[in-house]
Amino acid sequence: MNPGLFCILAVLLVASALSVILQPSPIRSALSLVVTLFLLAVTFLLLDAQLIAALQVIVYAGAIVVLFLFVIMLLNLQEEPRVMARFGTQCAAVLLGSLFLLALVRFAVAPLRPPASAATAGMAAAVPPGFGSVATLANLLFTHFLLAFEITSVLLLVAIVGAVVLAKRRLV
Amino acid sequence: MNVAPISWFLILGAVLFTIGTIGVLVRRNVIVIFLSIELMLNAVNLVFVSFARQLHSMDGQVVVFFVMTVAAAEAAVGLAIILSVFRNRETVNVDELNLLRW
Amino acid sequence: MHEAATAATQVNFLWLIPAFPALGVLFNAFIGNRTGKRPVSLVAPGVVGAAFITGCYAFTQVLSLPPGSALVQRLWPWIWAGTLHVDVAFRIDALSAVMVLIVSGVGFLIHVYSVGYMAKDTSYARYFTYLNLFTLAMLTLVMADNLPLLFVGWEGVGLCSYLLIGFWFTVEANAIAGKKAFVVNRIGDAGFLLGIFLIFWNLGAGVHSLSFSEIATHAKAIPASTLTVITLLLFVGATGKSAQLPLYVWLPDAMAGPTPVSALIHAATMVTAGVYMIARLHMLYVLAPISMVVVATVGVLTALFAATIGLMQNDIKKVLAYSTISQLGYMFVGVGVGAFSAGIFHLMTHAFFKGLLFLGAGSVIHGMSGEQDMQKMGGLRAHQPITFWTFVFATLAITGIPGFSGFFSKDEILAQAFASPHGGPWLWTLGFIAAGCTSFYMFRLLFLTFFGECRADEHTRHHIHESPLTMTVPLMILAVLSVVGGYVGLPAHWLSGNVFGKFLEPVFGATEEAHLSVGTEYMLMAASSAVAFVGLAIAYLFYIKQPGLPFLLAYQAGRLYELIYNKYYVDELYDFLFVRPTVVFSTWAWQIFDLGVIDGLVNGTAEAVEVNSGLWRRVQTGNAQQYAVSMLLGATAILAYYAWR
Repeated sequence: MNPGLFCILAVLLVASALSVILQPSPIRSALSLVVTLFLLAVTFLLLDAQLIAALQVIVYAGAIVVLFLFVIMLLNLQEEPRVMARFGTQCAAVLLGSLFLLALVRFAVAPLRPPASAATAGMAAAVPPGFGSVATLANLLFTHFLLAFEITSVLLLVAIVGAVVLAKRRLV
Repeated sequence: MNVAPISWFLILGAVLFTIGTIGVLVRRNVIVIFLSIELMLNAVNLVFVSFARQLHSMDGQVVVFFVMTVAAAEAAVGLAIILSVFRNRETVNVDELNLLRW
Repeated sequence: MHEAATAATQVNFLWLIPAFPALGVLFNAFIGNRTGKRPVSLVAPGVVGAAFITGCYAFTQVLSLPPGSALVQRLWPWIWAGTLHVDVAFRIDALSAVMVLIVSGVGFLIHVYSVGYMAKDTSYARYFTYLNLFTLAMLTLVMADNLPLLFVGWEGVGLCSYLLIGFWFTVEANAIAGKKAFVVNRIGDAGFLLGIFLIFWNLGAGVHSLSFSEIATHAKAIPASTLTVITLLLFVGATGKSAQLPLYVWLPDAMAGPTPVSALIHAATMVTAGVYMIARLHMLYVLAPISMVVVATVGVLTALFAATIGLMQNDIKKVLAYSTISQLGYMFVGVGVGAFSAGIFHLMTHAFFKGLLFLGAGSVIHGMSGEQDMQKMGGLRAHQPITFWTFVFATLAITGIPGFSGFFSKDEILAQAFASPHGGPWLWTLGFIAAGCTSFYMFRLLFLTFFGECRADEHTRHHIHESPLTMTVPLMILAVLSVVGGYVGLPAHWLSGNVFGKFLEPVFGATEEAHLSVGTEYMLMAASSAVAFVGLAIAYLFYIKQPGLPFLLAYQAGRLYELIYNKYYVDELYDFLFVRPTVVFSTWAWQIFDLGVIDGLVNGTAEAVEVNSGLWRRVQTGNAQQYAVSMLLGATAILAYYAWR
């Protein structure tokens, strides 16, 4: 990807992420999250992950965050005077967070071991044809990752049943 | 050809992850905490896709696929729990939900 | 000295002898307390009688065998561990045959007597259970083929002694006396056990059964110094069980038990176990001359010491108790100078006349409604003729008046003491003085109890009566035995000679018996007879002719009289030296160490845990975000470690 394009996207992403955590109103946080998700979808597109980008918009932004919005509306929350935790907790969180970030960045910048295939792969090299397409992804899902696929479907079933039971008004 | 190196993407992912973490630790409203968790998950997705692009391997994207599925399931169940808690306790502020104490 | 040949004949009826009393124990313990007194009265003496008959049969078998043989029966293996292979095995040779007959015979008579004596007691069945149990243990002791089994019997009789001394345990003094007996015995037993361990250790390579025949074979191989230590340790056990200096203190207190118990256990049988043990292990003792001297010395000193105390006691049973200690001393003199058969001979005659004396005393106490103080008795010969006459025979026997059993047995011991290389004239002299004291205090007892004016109060005097047949018949039988029992052990050149000694000779080997010239022997005999009569005369003077004389002498003697009257303050000395420090230490061990340190440690640990957890539980605030912060902290730490290693 073009570095300049990357920088623009990065700045926007960070801004919307900060907005998610800093907005006092939950609705605005949710909407900031939608923006973040869209920007991420664009990033995915530019990283040759077309299906993932599509799924990001459809599933994440289109279903999950909508669900969040439903619940926020349902609860009909009032404005809170305090939205953040105690000052002590804030300090600890920011401090620890920066330390954590530093550690992660150190790994990001210089890997512990050099990567295995250096020559043929790399961000600069072109991807093989069909990379990131539906066909390739589906192929993998139904061959190498079949077991995980099936288990995930069971997981979804369990989640549905669980959500229904938990959200019932009265015990059955 | 000028291309953004992978480390940039990784740093971006790290930053988004950290922002999400701080959000979890700092906000009182449990729904906003959930949103921050979703943010963390997305940062991880970004890292996976970057590596898939770097290593020319579709496995990274398959993982992202599963992460999204699980995130969806988790969000559904989590919100159901929040609803249930709200009905009993009339509040969604985590520092008021501290019954499991000494 | 030649080793006596011990040919062993295997038989299979020996187990019956202890089995009968065992049956009695079970019956009396479990059935006897539900039925009335009648069944117990029949079963308890009955089983002992059956054991006696079986013992007689065994005796005839031993007689029919060549001299020196033994009847042996191995029942089953008991302790098989490493090189130790101990079996439950019984052995009847000449020595144990004599002991079995004494134990079961005299025991039978005393059981019959107890039927009358304990007739009004509420714990009738319990009494006979213990008495049968004692008989069982004593028979095991004398019939054991090896040392460990002997020790089992040894401990068993100690237990029964404790149970029977404290029979009327609701009176605290009785319980204390029982406890004292057991504790003092235990001290002796420690020495005994150490002796057994040393024997086992020194027997050399190979498997050992610690049987007497095995010990006899290996005895010579043990070095002399070790043998001395072993025999001295074993003798410590004997001083405890047979009430010699310094462990005699329990016997006078043991008089708190019922009188038949005193007769059986503390006169005729249990206290003789020490003498029997030394006789049994004679092969070790003859190889350790130093120990023999120690045994004889302790014996004669005890004899003299106890006799002096007996001079001044007023309780009829206490006099007899000190007399027993004294006579046991004589037995130890006998075995100490190597005259083993002489010691056993005196053991036998002593069982007859001392048993009779105690039973007679019991009859007196029974008739006097429980009074034991001789100062309150007197003139009983008119009211209790049978008791009186049997008592007379017993007294004549014990004091060594010529013609009666005690004369022959005591005389033989004194003669051997005079002539033996382990003894000497000094030994004889001390024994001679003790004999004089014996004569005096026994006739004193006789005169105070049966002669003169009756000093009892009105109420008691009205109730004086002769005892029932169950009590007087055993008295009569024992009286006969006290008279004729000595004729099996006549001096060598008189009439039938020493049948008893000849009978036991193969067991001991014709060894250490010293030989005196005829002239010396007659001289010694005359001397001991004379001193017996002198004692009689002085007692007559003091208690019949001039009753005021003893009080005058006591007043004149003053301090000396106080000292002897208070038994030389030995009990007080032991209390000060041993009992008090032990009590102090025990109290410390209990309050400071057990309650403070040990309980403190245990409870303290629990408390520490409690306090500690009380602090740490406050970490759980219930605030999930705080938990998340700590999780992040942990994650950061791990990452940081790997990032900047």
